[in-house]
Parts: sequence; C-alpha cells; structure tokens
Amino acid sequence: MTLTQNPPTAAGTPRVTSRRSARTRRSLRAWAYASPTAALVLVFFVVPVVLVFFMSGSDWPLLAGNKGFNFPDNYTDVVDQRMFWPAIWFTLKYTVIATVLLIALGLGLAFLVQEASRWRAFLRTTFLLPTALGLASASLLFYALYSPQVGPIAPLLEKLGLTEGVVSPLGTPSGALWSTVILIVWRFAGFYMLLLLVGLQSIPGEVYEAARIDGASRWQIFRGITIPLLRPSLALSTIMCVTGSLLAFDQFYILTKGGPDGSTMTVVQLVYSLAFESKRDLGMAAALSVIVLLALVVINVVQLRALRGSDDDVKKKGAAA
Amino acid sequence: MTRFTQGLTRTPFYVLTGGLAVIFLYPIIWTAISSVSPQPGSAQVNGFGFGNYETVLNYQAGLWTYLGNSLVISATAVIATLVASTLGGYAFARFTFPGKNALFLLTLAILMVPYATLLIPLMTWLKTIGLNNTLVGVGLVLAVFQLPFATFMMRISFEAVPKEMEEAALVDGCGSFGALRRVLLHAVKPGLITVGLFAFLAAWNDFMVPLFLVGGDNAPLPLAMVNMRQQVMGVIDYGATQAGVVILTVPCVLLFLVLQRHYVNGFMSGALKG
Repeated sequence: MTLTQNPPTAAGTPRVTSRRSARTRRSLRAWAYASPTAALVLVFFVVPVVLVFFMSGSDWPLLAGNKGFNFPDNYTDVVDQRMFWPAIWFTLKYTVIATVLLIALGLGLAFLVQEASRWRAFLRTTFLLPTALGLASASLLFYALYSPQVGPIAPLLEKLGLTEGVVSPLGTPSGALWSTVILIVWRFAGFYMLLLLVGLQSIPGEVYEAARIDGASRWQIFRGITIPLLRPSLALSTIMCVTGSLLAFDQFYILTKGGPDGSTMTVVQLVYSLAFESKRDLGMAAALSVIVLLALVVINVVQLRALRGSDDDVKKKGAAA
Repeated sequence: MTRFTQGLTRTPFYVLTGGLAVIFLYPIIWTAISSVSPQPGSAQVNGFGFGNYETVLNYQAGLWTYLGNSLVISATAVIATLVASTLGGYAFARFTFPGKNALFLLTLAILMVPYATLLIPLMTWLKTIGLNNTLVGVGLVLAVFQLPFATFMMRISFEAVPKEMEEAALVDGCGSFGALRRVLLHAVKPGLITVGLFAFLAAWNDFMVPLFLVGGDNAPLPLAMVNMRQQVMGVIDYGATQAGVVILTVPCVLLFLVLQRHYVNGFMSGALKG
C-alpha cells in the first residue's frame, strides 16, 4: 500500500507520536491536495445536478424566478409539447446515421493510414486537422459553404440537376439533415480514425501472420481477426459517438435553427427553445433536461455493460485460442 | 503495405487518398481564400483585401473585446483545470484517504451527466453565487467538464513516476509539496501539456456554455461570430463570417500542428486506458 512511504518526521517530533495521528495528518494533507477538485465538483457539478431536479418540479418562468412547487406539471407540459416526440425521433434518427457513418468512415480511414510512411503521416494530419476546429467554427464555415450566394455547393447541385434554381441545400428537411451529417463527418471522421487506429495498432502482427500461413483470405482475416480484436475500440467509439450525437446542439443551432419547419429540432435544442424562445419557462426546460439526463445515464450504463461484455468475449476467445 | 491496402495497387491508392486529402483540406482553404476575396454584400466588394476583417474588428463591442473575453474564459479554464487536476491527481496517485474512491468516482461521474443537461440550473445557481454573466463563471464551468479526463490523465502520470524520485526529495528535506513542485512536476510535464492543450481547445471553441450563461459584451468570439451572422435580418455578411471563422481557427490549427505529438499521444493514452 502507499502507506509505506511515510514522510520522514521532522527532526524535533518525538517518535512516540501515535500511528493514528500520523495517519490523520496524512489524510488531511491528501484532502488539502484534493480540495480544489472537490470544491469544483461540489459547486459546479453536484449542486447543479440537485438543482435541476428541484427546478424541474417548480413553476419557474424565465424572468419571474421560482414561484413554488408544481410537480409534475412541467413533465406533463413538456410531453404535451408539439415538438416533443418529433425532437426525440429526429435526435434518434440523426444519432443512428451519424454513428454508422462515422464509425464506418473512421475505420476506413484508419486502414488507409495504418502503416508508417511519410505520405500516410501527412494523411493522418490532414484527416485530423478538422478536429482542431471548434464545432461552432466548423458549423459557421459550412453555413457559408452551403450558401447559394457565396458557396460552391449550391451551384454544383444545380449543375448536377439535383435542385432547380439556386437554393440552399439547407432549405429542405432531408437536405438540412444530410448537410449537417456531412459537416459532422468532416469534423469528426479523423477523431474516430485516431481512436480506431490505436485499436488496430494494438493487434499483434503475429496473429495476422499465423492466419495467412493458414491460408485465410483477406475477408476472413478481416471478419475473423480484425473485427473481434477491435471490438473494445469499436465499442468505445460507438459510445462516444452515440452520446455526442444524442446531445447534438451547436451544429443544428447554427446551420438550421431546427428548421425547416422544425424538421431538424434536436432534444437539446428544444431545451434551449423552451427556456429562451418559445415558452421562456425554466421549469419546463429543466424537466426536459432531467429526462435527457436520465435517458443518457441509462444509455451509458447499458453501453458500458455491453463494452465490458465485449471485452470479456475477447478474453474468452483469446483464452480458447 | 497492410493486408487491407495490399489489394489496392499503388496508383489507385494514391488517387483515393489524395482525393480524400483534398476533400478534408478544401473547406479550410476555401474559407481562408474567401475571407479575403471580393463578395457581394460584404466589405470586400472589389479585389482582394482585408475589408472583411475590418468589419469583424469593428463589429459591436469590437473584435478585441470578444478576443479578450475568449482569452479570459480559456485562461480561467486552463488554470483551474491544471491546478485541480495536478493536485488532485497527486492526491489520488500517492495517498490513501477516507473518501478517496467516492471523490474519484464522483469526478468520473461528470462524464455520465453531460453539461448540456446542467446549463439551466447553472444559470440560476451562478446568479445565486454572484457569477452570472461572468467570464470566470463560464471558465470554471468549462474546467469542471474537463476534470474527468484531466484528473484521470494526471493520476496515471503521477503513478508512472517511480516512487524513489520523490522519496529522494523527501529525504533531502522537502515536504510533500516541495517534492511535488521541485521534482514531480517535471516528470509529469507531458501530461500537463496534454491536459492544458485539451482544456484550452475546449474552452476556446465552446459555444453552448456561453450561449446559455453570458450575453452582450461578455460574449466570447464563437458566440459573437454566430450573433454577428444573425444580426441583420435576411442579409448575411458571409465575408465577415468567413473572416471570423479564420480568426477563430488560426490559433487552434497552429497549436494543433505544433503540439500534434502531444495531442495524439494524450488522446491515445486517454482512449486506451479510459
């Protein structure tokens, strides 16, 4: 245990000091080191978590402040909102699309840059570069890119005969969705490439050698070795991607504002809208926050359990092999 | 060549990857060029020049105000993250104390509760403690959401340092803080750079926390740029928007290129062990 490295007692301290008080002093010192972390966690995490539950059960207009308990009115009001189910449905749809595309493309890019060479090092940097941009900056960038006035995309679509007249790709519900997906893929593909690359490089080369000597085809190697051994990395990427997409906000707030016609309204955007735009009601916004919070905790627990399960599977397979 | 790319002969491989590289670089290069190009409805109507940058410079409170706001928020977040995660990581790595596991788990629990769900109570709570509409308040909130990664990173950094190093310092008469300051900090420098870099990029680029928590002249640059776009009904000054994107992006891309090794290494250790 770490207790073995007791600090040398100062020269004047009598050696009879009981072990117990030495341990107490050590604990106090440790707490002194941990106190900034503890203070930040308490003030900016624990209190808001408690408060969001409290607010969700209170009548709390944006400008008037707390007007007393009204549980469960905020919850029933939120569920009755016209945009409630469409926002949940859209968020789920977006999450599935973004996750599938990002993991598939991240994996593809990881394969392309896996080996060490100068050109591949350049590619790695290139694919990672968008990760350095903030999501808000990237969204503003793509907003201009999609604009029929200055961007190259809208005229290109028109030339290809996909749109009639110069209109923004953001102007239709499906256009708005896919335009946002393209932005997200551009911004995050390199990030998932890196995550999966770490996993790929942790697979020992001998495993591949052995499989090839046994005459396995490339597809068999991919399915039988790469994918199973990559499962922990794939699971981690999926968890991060699902969690991030379920909370999508910046990209939609900046590119589409939830439009056209509320077709790209995400759940977190609805929180913002309830608090500041449509209802100006912090109680309702808090109630929706609580719903999102609880849903995410459940989803994360389920995903983490699946991740641990896949870890065990790999170990079992490894042991069996 | 890998087993996968083996199948691709050299030329198609270069065509494919070269094409991908162009797709990834194109938006950045396009914005950089457009920001100085002539565009209808912007301050840069004829010829190339920096008219759009002038628009941003003079937008409402002025570029320097928003840049200053961003710097205060980022500095607060970076300093708070570094101080808390260094001292906390040291405590977690080297001491046993009652409540240690509870505090560590509570810190990691921040990952489970994303800040998007806490912004409504934070608005109210910051007002109660006198931090509403303040840059320091935003910086501290952003620091807290860096803590799981930062604390974890610093804990494994300290655990990787051989105990003999600080024992030697302790024998030489340093207290534990002296040992931390004079010996250990040098040993965990890579961890500090990674944590600091991540905290800076996250704080510099964050849009959502300031959107909820501050307004008006206290907006940091990303928020000010988004507000600028929405300012004039119907007419959007794309030139100024692009100039704003360039101003926001240049520090991040430079920092990223200079510290790329740390970024990738830090990311990998976080991903592998996290």
